[in-house]
Amino acid sequence: MAEVATTPLPNTGFDLRRQPGFGAVAMLCLTILYAPILVLIVYSFNANDLVTRWSGFSMSWYGTALTNAGFYAAARNTLTISLTAMVAATILATLAAVATTRRAPFPGQGAAYMVINLPLMVPEIITAVATLSFFALLAQWFGLSFGIGNLILAHTVFCIPFAYMPIRARLEDMDLTLEHAAADLYATPWATFRRVTLPLLAPGISSGAALAFIVSFDDFTITQLVAGPGQTTLPIFIWSQLRRPITPELNAMCTILLGVSILFVSLSFLIANRRKANP
Amino acid sequence: MSEASDIRSRQLLTLPAVAVITLFGVLPLLVIVVYSVLKPATYGGVVWQVTPQAYVNFLFQQDIIDDTLHFTTDYLQIFARSTLFAALTTVVCLALGFPTAYFMATRPPGQRNWWILLITIPFWTNLLIRTLAVMLIIRDEGLLNDFLIWLHAIPKPIVILYTDTAIVLGLLYSYLPFMVLPLYASLEKLDFRLVEAGFDLYATRGQVLRRIVLPLTKPGIIAGSLLVFIPALGAYVTPLILGGGRHLLIGDLIAQQFGSGRNWPFGCAQALILMAMVLVALWFYVRNATGRVQHG
Repeated sequence: MAEVATTPLPNTGFDLRRQPGFGAVAMLCLTILYAPILVLIVYSFNANDLVTRWSGFSMSWYGTALTNAGFYAAARNTLTISLTAMVAATILATLAAVATTRRAPFPGQGAAYMVINLPLMVPEIITAVATLSFFALLAQWFGLSFGIGNLILAHTVFCIPFAYMPIRARLEDMDLTLEHAAADLYATPWATFRRVTLPLLAPGISSGAALAFIVSFDDFTITQLVAGPGQTTLPIFIWSQLRRPITPELNAMCTILLGVSILFVSLSFLIANRRKANP
Repeated sequence: MSEASDIRSRQLLTLPAVAVITLFGVLPLLVIVVYSVLKPATYGGVVWQVTPQAYVNFLFQQDIIDDTLHFTTDYLQIFARSTLFAALTTVVCLALGFPTAYFMATRPPGQRNWWILLITIPFWTNLLIRTLAVMLIIRDEGLLNDFLIWLHAIPKPIVILYTDTAIVLGLLYSYLPFMVLPLYASLEKLDFRLVEAGFDLYATRGQVLRRIVLPLTKPGIIAGSLLVFIPALGAYVTPLILGGGRHLLIGDLIAQQFGSGRNWPFGCAQALILMAMVLVALWFYVRNATGRVQHG
């Protein structure tokens, strides 16, 4: 059977995979996906203060954006929230992934798996109003508010499944031979985890951490509803700028955010792909 | 280590993640179930008094003078519109996404990774910023209108922003990658020996596509459609920015009850109705996608 698959069709030049016009549609999709972003980026370098009339190259809007006090404060809030949520979610996801892969499922594992993936199933707007109602209830009943911690907790919840997926995928590619060898050499479970499992798992963990960081860094819907006064993050700050006349400063801010997202997605992608290249 | 203590330690390792999600993800969902049957407080929040008011409001309007109930389709219309827009977005995404995914899957392996990266980047980049980018292009004085005027296709700018067209364009743009990636995963595994067999039996390209490729990639088609339909149904950012607050969809209708509407129970009830619609879609998926993945 396998031989049939690898035998090329003789000489006719007939490509059985080709479907006419599909390449053109693929190019159209790329254009649709990238044209608006590219236009946004190009106009962030516009010399005048219009976002649609080009009048020469200038970097000045980046200077304006980076010295904008509101932008700076929002960047600090965003980094506090995203980095904390990333670290917390990655640690929790790693522990859960190690426990839920490579061995016979433990009682309750199916349910645990469902809970971990739940944030992916619920539409964001529902999560947003539910979290808002929940924190309002905590405040009303117990006078309890964690300040910016509210946002960190909300972000950690939806970051966990994003961190969990690549870590779990990486674990499933690793067999238990090396861990068994370590145990045969009298390594304690902790030593085995730290010296064998963790180094092998590092690409999965970095890939998961990068994804967790992005989904938190980019979140708008949940943050907008849950955030209290003074808890402005970068996406919320950019949204608030829409109420005034739009200048290329907004394009510059958006470009900075896009740069961060693209950097982290590419990192996560490259780390995960290197893993496939040399297993 | 004994079997029992191994199981116990693995349960303990899973506990922190499960506990955090249960406390701050599942419990809030139960809170809105409770909130949806309470009375709204005047300035947002709830009064602890049980009433089915929120669900009644969804279908009936209370007359301010004599308190009688009149059937109203206002909210049903918004839900129907959202469903229609989400379905339309799904169909167009499928029409564009399938050829794209097929084209990607038939590239040489070295090129495929670049294609995946190119589709993955928009998948993860900031939805708000991507929507803003669309807004800047379709504005009256945006590039699209400038371009069409330059082509002499239109005499003066056409209004797209803040219309239904703008919302559907925005949804399409937002969720296209969600369609392409699962379709690609399905098409990459396609066994081209079956395609070859089809051609040997004198099938045309169209017949091969319809009778062999499409049925074999059905799981990918269903998964992709769901990944587009569900977020499009609850879309919030797109109608907020491209609809200008005048063309409501479910997502911004719900958010409105927590903002200017000051009717939290009503917002909770609407969120739960949306959740029920999502569950129906998921149920449909489970019913159709399991047990028939393997053919070749």
